[in-house]
This record gives sequence, C-alpha cells and structure tokens, in this order.
Amino acid sequence: MSVLIFIDQSEGHIKKSSLEALTYGAELAAQLGTSAEAIVLGEVKDDLAALGKQGVKKIHQVNNSALNHLDAQVYTKAIAEAVAATGAKVVVFSHNISGKAIAPRLSAKLKAAMVAGAVGLPNTSNGFVVKKNVFSGKAFANLSLNTDIKIISLNPNSFHITNGDGVAEVAPLSVTVDAPKVKVTAVNKVTGEVPLSEAELVVSAGRGLKGPENWGMIEEMAHLLHAATACSRAVADAGWRPHHEHVGQTGLAIAPNLYIAIGISGAIQHLAGVNRSKVIVVINKDPEAPFFKAADYGIVGDAFEVVPKMNAAIKKLKGIA
Amino acid sequence: MKILVCISKTPDTTAKIAFTDNNTKFAPDGVQWIINPYDEWYALVRAIELKEKDASTAIHLVTVGAADAEPIIRKALALGGDEAIRVNADSHDSFYIASQIAEVAKQGGYDLVFTGKETIDYNGSSIGGMVAELLDLPYVSLATKFELNGITATITREIEGGEEVCEVSLPVAVSCQKGMAEARIPNMRGIMAARTKPLKVVEPVAVDALTSVVSFELPPAKAGVKLVSPDTPEELVRLLHEEAKVI
Repeated sequence: MSVLIFIDQSEGHIKKSSLEALTYGAELAAQLGTSAEAIVLGEVKDDLAALGKQGVKKIHQVNNSALNHLDAQVYTKAIAEAVAATGAKVVVFSHNISGKAIAPRLSAKLKAAMVAGAVGLPNTSNGFVVKKNVFSGKAFANLSLNTDIKIISLNPNSFHITNGDGVAEVAPLSVTVDAPKVKVTAVNKVTGEVPLSEAELVVSAGRGLKGPENWGMIEEMAHLLHAATACSRAVADAGWRPHHEHVGQTGLAIAPNLYIAIGISGAIQHLAGVNRSKVIVVINKDPEAPFFKAADYGIVGDAFEVVPKMNAAIKKLKGIA
Repeated sequence: MKILVCISKTPDTTAKIAFTDNNTKFAPDGVQWIINPYDEWYALVRAIELKEKDASTAIHLVTVGAADAEPIIRKALALGGDEAIRVNADSHDSFYIASQIAEVAKQGGYDLVFTGKETIDYNGSSIGGMVAELLDLPYVSLATKFELNGITATITREIEGGEEVCEVSLPVAVSCQKGMAEARIPNMRGIMAARTKPLKVVEPVAVDALTSVVSFELPPAKAGVKLVSPDTPEELVRLLHEEAKVI
C-alpha cells in the first residue's frame, strides 16, 4: 500500500511537471498514511536523490537506454511490473505528453480507475473522489475512482512544488524491458525558448497586432520575463505564428501563473484554453472585448503604445536599464 | 488497408456549459452537437487523405453512443468514411468506451486505429491509449504528421518544446492533433452518398465502468478586472510585481 509516482525525463533531465507530481504524490501518501515511492525509466543525468526534496522516500530506477525514448507500450509493461513489485495502490502521473500516452494504457492493463487531468488531491472522506478539468476548462467534474488500484494524472501547473530537505534512496529495479516498436529517428527541439506547456509566465498576442512583423515587442516582453510566447487561433491559422503557439479550446490548454493577452478579444474558445491561469492581464483597445470579463488586470489602450512602455518598466524593475 | 477512426459526439465549442439534476448531469438544452473537432479535423481527414492516395483503403468509423449520435456519424460518412458502427451504449467512463471500441477493432482487423488527441468535453486524452493497450498495439500519441510507406508509418509527434519523428510498423494506434490535416466541409455528393452508406448498430459487450461522475461544478466567477490607465502602463507592471507577485 504505497503511492507510486512516475518521474518523466527527457534527454536525462527531469521535467518540471514531474516535480509537481512528486509533491502531489508525497502529500497524497501523507493523507493516506502511507509512503511515497517513485519510478524513473531510462538513463538520467540529474541527481535523483535530490528529488527527496519533494517528499519522496525511495526512487526505483530502470537504468536502461532502451527506455530513453517513449514507447508507451514498453513503458506500461515496465510500470505495471513496478506497481506489482511495490504493492502500489495509487499511481501518479503528470498529465503531460508522456502521461497522456502511458497512464491510459496502464489503466487498461491493470483495470485500474483513472482520473485524467486532476486539479487537486482526492477527497477520501467517502470513497476516492478527484476533481478534474472538463469541458476544456469551462467546468470541473468530481470523479469517483471505483477500483482497488487508482491512477491519477495531474494537470500541469495545478499543484505547487515543495522544496524540503529530504534525500531519496535510489535503487535499481529489474523489470521486463521489451524492445521498443516505436523507433525515434529525429528530435527537433526549439532551443532557447520556454516550452509553452510548462511555462509559468506566458505572453500571448492576437489579431490586434495587425501582422507578424509586429511581434518584436511581444518577444521582447517574453524574453524580459522569461516567459513563453503564445497566440490566438486566428493568428496561427493566418500563419503569423507557428501552430504550436496556439492556445485555446482546439489548441493547447495552459495554466500559467500569469497570462498576458495582447490584442486578443477573448472568444469563448480562446478563454477555454487559458482560464485556469492564476492571473490574467488583458491589453485591448476595445473596452467591450469579452476578455476583460475574465481578466484580473487590464488596460484599455493601444498595444503599440502600451507594450513598449510596459517593456521599459519591466527592464527598470529587473535592473536591466 | 483498413483504418478505424474513432469519433465522439461533443457539444459545439461555443456551447454554454450548464448542469442539471443537482449538478450531476450536463444540461443539453439548446446545445448543438458536433463531431469532436480532433476526431474530425485531424483523425478522419487524415484517413480520407490516405484513401485518396490508395483507393483500396477502407475507412470505418466507430462511435459509442445512443441513437442521438447518428447525425454526427452521417456527417462523418459525408466527409468520406465508408461505413460506420455505432455501439449502442451511453457512458462517460473511458475504460468502458475503450473496451467497446477495442471489441469492434478486434472483429474488424484494422491496420490503423485513429483517434483525436482528446475530446473537448471530458478532456481525458485516454481512449487511444486504452484501446492500444487492449489490442496490444504500439501507440503514438499527439501526432502532428503521419506518412505511410508500405507497412511502415513515419509519424511526427509533439514533445515538450518541439517534436520528434518516429517509425513504427503497422498495425498501430495513433492519436491525432493539429498539423495532421486541414479541416474540410462535406460536399453535396458526399452528403447524398452518406445517406445510403452502411451504419451498423451493435450492442455493447459487458464491461464494468471503473469510474463514475459524482458531480460537476463551474469555476468560481472572477472578482472583476482592475483597470489601469493606458497612460501609466508602469503601474500595471508595479501591480503584477507587488500585488499579484507574479513577476
């Protein structure tokens, strides 16, 4: 009876979303009166013992280069064996790219109830009920997990990260590692940019910017804040910005600490992708823009005048100018 | 080549989300139902494109739903599906739905199983992975490109901060997202043809749901926007730093 957390890595580095999952799993273990253990697959460059800071006591590592790239079928078999070996009753994933591939497979393999996109710890006063995001951020569902083993896939950026002083015990784990059927032949990373799905701060712009040549001030703001850039669907469809920047109901749904929307009117489909942001700032020259209703802070004004002044103020704040 | 495309009925993206029966059921009043956009725009249209390259390809559609799902099935047939199977069951449990789809897939012997990356109502991103596991197939999720060369698929999938290209031999299950294809509108010939295309209704196999919805809730309303004068944007920066403490 323990909580087992899946630690996700890319090129040997632990993903930030896994630190959230580790913290979540450790707090869940405390709530259930049991211990938190974790599993990591593949070769890792980061210091695994340091993940004890997030409250996990023991980390099982399957140190095998065949696991360096995600093959959900191979991963699932290995994790299922780890669940059996550790006697885990709850398995925690981040609802990130890997989690979305592995957690449902594990659910089907173990016939274990799964909540995909959890936004908080379970309510265990009467059963095991977890709140999750539904209708693309427009509502929540309280989902009851009705099996002995349970799987929770935690929405990125919906849980804090603790930094205690624990040190985790790292132990090798022997499980079946099948030869991957999915062979990765090329990896193309956009370097130097903050990945949008993991970004804590996001600067986003829409059609109000009038053309792709005007994104310089948006990129400058993002650079000054160490933020990721995003855009509305209209902008991505027009080819002004790459599709991977499109946030909204049919694009990426994000939940950063700060979302700055510049020249975006705030159609319901766009709001669905960003309304879990903790603080929303809207800059739009139209005072009737629906986005203001969803915003915490706003300026009714011309982006071409407001944004450069904001950038100057941010530089001053950061001591750059 | 046989492709199974899994489609789901979801409320239109502009639908007002409300609940009834003490917040235990979605309120369908006045809601326009559509094919889940990821299923339609990416999974189905990519399958149609593959058929346009290789006319011997057969595209079968599967949905798990009650009779009220038939209009969206007909639309999918009008776009270019060859025949459809509706599993006559109404459930929101991913494992139950995936088990029904897996049963259909086992009987059909498909080379490819396509799903959308998630539905826009339950946002589970779960059906593709569950079906793949139940069929013991490799699974490539969040695919943005799909090319076929004989029995080898070259698939581009999203990773954090980029993408990777992978190769896998058929059969394979793939979840599809933006980049795979461009949305299409059914033409009149397609709409006419869809009326007579086969739509088979099968009864579900016995499977226990693993989850149940206890209740729904709407997010708390925002307190209201704090407006800053456009003449003093530095005041907004100060508020974000000192009050909201986010920068």
